[in-house]
Amino acid sequence: MPLNAADIDQAVRRLGGEIADRARAAGVQRDLAIVAIRRGGVHLGQRLRRALTQALGAEPPFGTLDIALYRDDLAEKGAAPVIGPTDVRFPVDGKTLVLVDDVLYTGRTVRAALDEIVDFGRPRRVWLAVLVDRGGRELPVAADFVGARLEAAEGDDVQVRLVESGAAEDSVVVRRRGT
Amino acid sequence: MSQTLFIEGGRVIDPANGVDGVRTVVVRDGVVAEVAERLERPRDARAIDARGRWVTPGFVDLHVHLREPGQEYKETVETGARAAVAGGFTAVCAMPNTRPVNDNASVTELVLARAAAAGLARVYPVGAISKGSEGQELAEYGELRAAGCVALSDDGRPVASSALMRRALEYARAFGLPLTVHEEDLALVGKGVMHEGPTSTRLGLGGIPAAAEDVMVLRDLALAELTGGRLHLAHLSTRGAVRAVREARARGLRVTAEVTPHHLALTDEAVAASGYSTDFKMNPPLRSAEDAAACLAGLADGTLDAIATDHAPHSPVEKDVEFDAAANGIVGLETAFPVCLELVRRGALTERRLVEALTCGPARAFGLPGGTLSRGVPADVAVLDPGAAWTVDPERLRSRSKNSPWKGKRLVGRCTITLVGGRIVHEEAAAAT
Amino acid sequence: MIGRHKHLLGLADLSREEILEVLDLAVSMKEVLRRPIKKVPSLRGRSVVNLFFESSTRTRSSFEIAAKVLSADALNWTASASSVTKGETLIDTARNLEAMRPDVLVIRHSAGGAPRLVADHVSCAVVSAGDGAHEHPSQGLLDCFTLREKIGTLEGKIVTIVGDVTHSRVARSDLNGMTRLGATVRLCGPPTMIPPGVEALGATVHHDLREAVRGAHAVIMLRIQHERIGDPLIPGTREYSKLWGLNARKAEEWLDEGCVILHPGPINRGVELAPEVADGPRSVILDQVENGVAVRMAILYLLAGGNAEETRA
Repeated sequence: MPLNAADIDQAVRRLGGEIADRARAAGVQRDLAIVAIRRGGVHLGQRLRRALTQALGAEPPFGTLDIALYRDDLAEKGAAPVIGPTDVRFPVDGKTLVLVDDVLYTGRTVRAALDEIVDFGRPRRVWLAVLVDRGGRELPVAADFVGARLEAAEGDDVQVRLVESGAAEDSVVVRRRGT
Repeated sequence: MSQTLFIEGGRVIDPANGVDGVRTVVVRDGVVAEVAERLERPRDARAIDARGRWVTPGFVDLHVHLREPGQEYKETVETGARAAVAGGFTAVCAMPNTRPVNDNASVTELVLARAAAAGLARVYPVGAISKGSEGQELAEYGELRAAGCVALSDDGRPVASSALMRRALEYARAFGLPLTVHEEDLALVGKGVMHEGPTSTRLGLGGIPAAAEDVMVLRDLALAELTGGRLHLAHLSTRGAVRAVREARARGLRVTAEVTPHHLALTDEAVAASGYSTDFKMNPPLRSAEDAAACLAGLADGTLDAIATDHAPHSPVEKDVEFDAAANGIVGLETAFPVCLELVRRGALTERRLVEALTCGPARAFGLPGGTLSRGVPADVAVLDPGAAWTVDPERLRSRSKNSPWKGKRLVGRCTITLVGGRIVHEEAAAAT
Repeated sequence: MIGRHKHLLGLADLSREEILEVLDLAVSMKEVLRRPIKKVPSLRGRSVVNLFFESSTRTRSSFEIAAKVLSADALNWTASASSVTKGETLIDTARNLEAMRPDVLVIRHSAGGAPRLVADHVSCAVVSAGDGAHEHPSQGLLDCFTLREKIGTLEGKIVTIVGDVTHSRVARSDLNGMTRLGATVRLCGPPTMIPPGVEALGATVHHDLREAVRGAHAVIMLRIQHERIGDPLIPGTREYSKLWGLNARKAEEWLDEGCVILHPGPINRGVELAPEVADGPRSVILDQVENGVAVRMAILYLLAGGNAEETRA
């Protein structure tokens, strides 16, 4: 498998360090906030929050975003996607938001998330942190912080499985098309 | 002079003469010449092969709305008469709620003239009980009778005033005319549009309680007793009404009554099942299963004398609207036989009783000629195929209107040949679809 | 829900799961209504047409707001009561509106079955906003939503509906929805206002208000029409109010502590509800209004989304 538990743990720690460094360099370590994209980014976001807390000595606010109401493919998908709660309780204006998701693929989810965030206010800047970048972009979206890059073909399914969601152990698996 | 006809091999059912068996019916010079087993057919006589069929007197319908004069876009005397013979009916009584109402000789004569021109089913006009059917003043029964009316009715409306109903029953005695009455207490009906019960509650539609019919039936039975008049109760639909008639008869009161095929075959549940279809909206409304069963039992035991269709044509303008706003009524001449035959198949009615209720039963109720195959009577005959399956195609119905709850449904039983006065006025193609 | 239902004409047509689907979705919708920017792009480019044959500011506005929050275009068409004698038939009106290619037609009409008739003649989705005395499905759903929010799951709870049930489409929708969610529903009112055979729909009937609200977790008060010409069901509002109205004393003495009070509005203050009760601590009437928008958003979202599937095919 592409990533095992140890790889993931190392990646999260490294991401935390990189984000902390960049925040300090920009002088915004006190204005950070994490916004995790449901559902894949939530547990990852919480891990990153802990890593950042350790690196910065202060706990950044945490929110979750459900982008279902902002999708651009409602017409194609037809059936209502499962919508969970968006929960962003802190003011967004002026903050440096760290948008977190598990896998970056076409970029459409991130686009929807950005649309939704600006409806909450005007952040100072938005950084994107993902555990896995599998390529295959359909929109001009790039991650600022990447845990690992993977080669995956269209039709392959890249899954991040974490123990918080019930997996026996952390892993990233790629299911090739047709298997 | 028309050709002599030998209707051979059919099962002749003529309840008036107690006949039920394979016979040959001979029609000569427009009358029934003979009904017997094994008759020798002369060469110049035409044979009609009735094997596997029933041969009965032509049906008599005491209650149809032909809409002419005034609403010819729904039906005319001619199109109605054509629908009648297609359904096996050789005589129909045309209700007076035309526009203008038939409360005078002119309208009566118009209807008769149209019927004669059509040359299909016999049409017996029914005159109004009150002028304009407004329920205020008596119409001129003498004039109506002289013009050709065979009965009186304000159908479509009840005679709300008890005083007027009493006088009408009395006055009509001088002319030997029966009153055929539409029984409903308008105050109890209110804004109701279907039978009041669990179904109307579920659908959120205004309900018409069975009592609305019962109170008027009871009233008019009392008035018939008071006046000695001839009372005929139109389209009964409730068990209360049937019970009241049964009790009145047992006491020796003269009263006759009719029931429609739809009140025997359908219930209020059909309104729900059809999703508020207005093809199930009529007055009186389809009632509960208990009411329908009571009407069927009443027909079977003779309490109810006749099956009458209450054929009520309406165009899409009146029917393709929300249920509350739709006009009441359905067409029924062409579906009556198979719908009632289904009741026979279910075991609720005997074949003989069915034919009786369509022929001599109604004829006797109004004192009309017809309804029998007695020797010497005009040859009004129906040849029916009880096993013919067909789908009710609105385009192929002879009636100008297509408001039937059996639209698109498959029915079994069809009239294949109809004779009026010895002439063939209807013939269905051999292979029914 | 979309796959199975193209329209929403009544809660009698929905299963328990389908009702819960709408309620769960409405939770997310309600969150959107609490944001500073109350807009999501989900139904952008879709249009919702309100075809109201009965005047109603509140329900119509609620649907309009719901559509707009979802970024759909909303159009209001208020017609006078449809009648052949007044000109255009119901079907003609609906077909003419259809020419504007709406995605959803929201229709309110005084005749039961009218939305069904329209649905049979148009190709877009149809939502009933109330038809005669038949159903008012979005009201039923928002009442279920409000109850779930206030008293938790409806399974095993007792709900009492008080008023003119015979003429109430809200009562029928509440009854249908709440029984499907497992509640026990009691109907209370004078005998003239309880329709025949209503027990078959799953309710028990009471004429004594005190008995009817004993142990209830929620009480839904219906509006009483002041006069019903030609067919008076009650001697007048004075006696009705005494026997079936809810005032502060009765609420205090007869209702359990956690029992909430609902009313579909508009309230006849002093008839079915005393002002202090309508504005009191048990009343969740204003929550109903807020929840109404969220629930209608959920309904429009579910039906407009499914509609697209249809046109693609």
